[in-house]
Amino acid sequence: MTSTEYIKPSDLSDLRHVMEEYKARATVIAGGTNLIPEMRNGERSPELFIDISDMTELSFIRENNGSIAIGAATTIAEVASSPVLLDSSPILASAAKQLGNPLTRNRATLGGNLANASPCADTAPPLLALDASVEILSPGGKTRQVPLSKFFHGYKFTDLVKGEILSGITFPKPNASTKGSHTKIGLRNAASICVASIAVILDMDGKTCRKARVAAGSVAPIPMRAYRVEKLLEGKEINATLLDECMAVLKEEISPISDIRGSLEYRSYVTAMILKRNIKRALK
Amino acid sequence: MMEKRNVHYTVNGEFIERFVEPNALLINVLRDGLHLTGAKYCCGTGQCGGCTVLVNGEPILSCLTLAVAVDGANILTIEGVAEPDGTLDPIQEAFLDNAAIQCGYCTPGMVLMAKDLLNKNPSPSEDQIREHIKGNLCRCTGYHRIVQAIKMCRE
Repeated sequence: MTSTEYIKPSDLSDLRHVMEEYKARATVIAGGTNLIPEMRNGERSPELFIDISDMTELSFIRENNGSIAIGAATTIAEVASSPVLLDSSPILASAAKQLGNPLTRNRATLGGNLANASPCADTAPPLLALDASVEILSPGGKTRQVPLSKFFHGYKFTDLVKGEILSGITFPKPNASTKGSHTKIGLRNAASICVASIAVILDMDGKTCRKARVAAGSVAPIPMRAYRVEKLLEGKEINATLLDECMAVLKEEISPISDIRGSLEYRSYVTAMILKRNIKRALK
Repeated sequence: MMEKRNVHYTVNGEFIERFVEPNALLINVLRDGLHLTGAKYCCGTGQCGGCTVLVNGEPILSCLTLAVAVDGANILTIEGVAEPDGTLDPIQEAFLDNAAIQCGYCTPGMVLMAKDLLNKNPSPSEDQIREHIKGNLCRCTGYHRIVQAIKMCRE
């Protein structure tokens, strides 16, 4: 490991200041649960750490005017046990509960899980289904909002440019007619890396689906929305034929690969299967 | 140029001050700097829990934590679990009584996780115990005896 410097900003204005001053060299670190293994493998060698792990201004879960806001440095353990999230968006809390193990969850942060932009980021599919946006602090004191669906550009590649920092996540609080469901497939129960996951949010008008959000993890270079499946569901009554069509369309929409955790064929099969199960479970 | 930084901790009740490199991991400061070798540097990727220590009362992986990031913290390692006169903690006694140790490599992490769980929940169910030690791998005991030992310490 090589590294030269370390800065722990005391507050947000200090953070903006150091990001602007050192943008080309800065590597933001919070929990370090992705970054430090990458450094150990020689994949990254940061010159300068900007440590946001202790920034109270970036660690919060708030409900305000029908919207939920979560600070980027909020730990995954806090997301998993938050009464606000368990009540308003249990699919996010449940995905957080299944990330890594209790020890990693105590240090890993929600912002880090997204900024790392791994296709298997556990919190990404539920947040995509919840229509979340990320808040980004840009140089010059500006703040911009990017829908999470536009934030991931490719494998470990995001909308963030040098000098910017992901500071928070917001999403509209789902209304009472909205139902959600989420499944993560792993190879074991503890500390598993996602093989495939599905998050579904359905806004129902009786038996008719008014609005659908379907997101999938570990089956494309990025955590993805399944726009074609959403379109197929919206405005229709959900029945067995429609579910079969959704499964077929999802298989076309995803682009899984084969790796040590699963083959392309298995991922394709299981993702379609958990899509069906999650839609059914959401409707129960 | 790697400029060392001044950090201070309270480790097992003792005030400690050190100069560490900005990229030094807490596990290395504990093991090489303070000769507290109970916590193990095993997988280095957060999958095994061998490096578990309590920082400000929360269990963390010291192999994934920068030493500078926890400057000022109160740290408890396995060396601080027994009384200063050597009297073992009830959890340590229970591990011995249940033969919950074979090679002993995972034991420091397991004992600290058990301590953390019982601090937060004095009477956990077996499921809650198993859930809490999910991040700590043991390759000898099959977990059964470890779970038994923790169960014996319930209120």
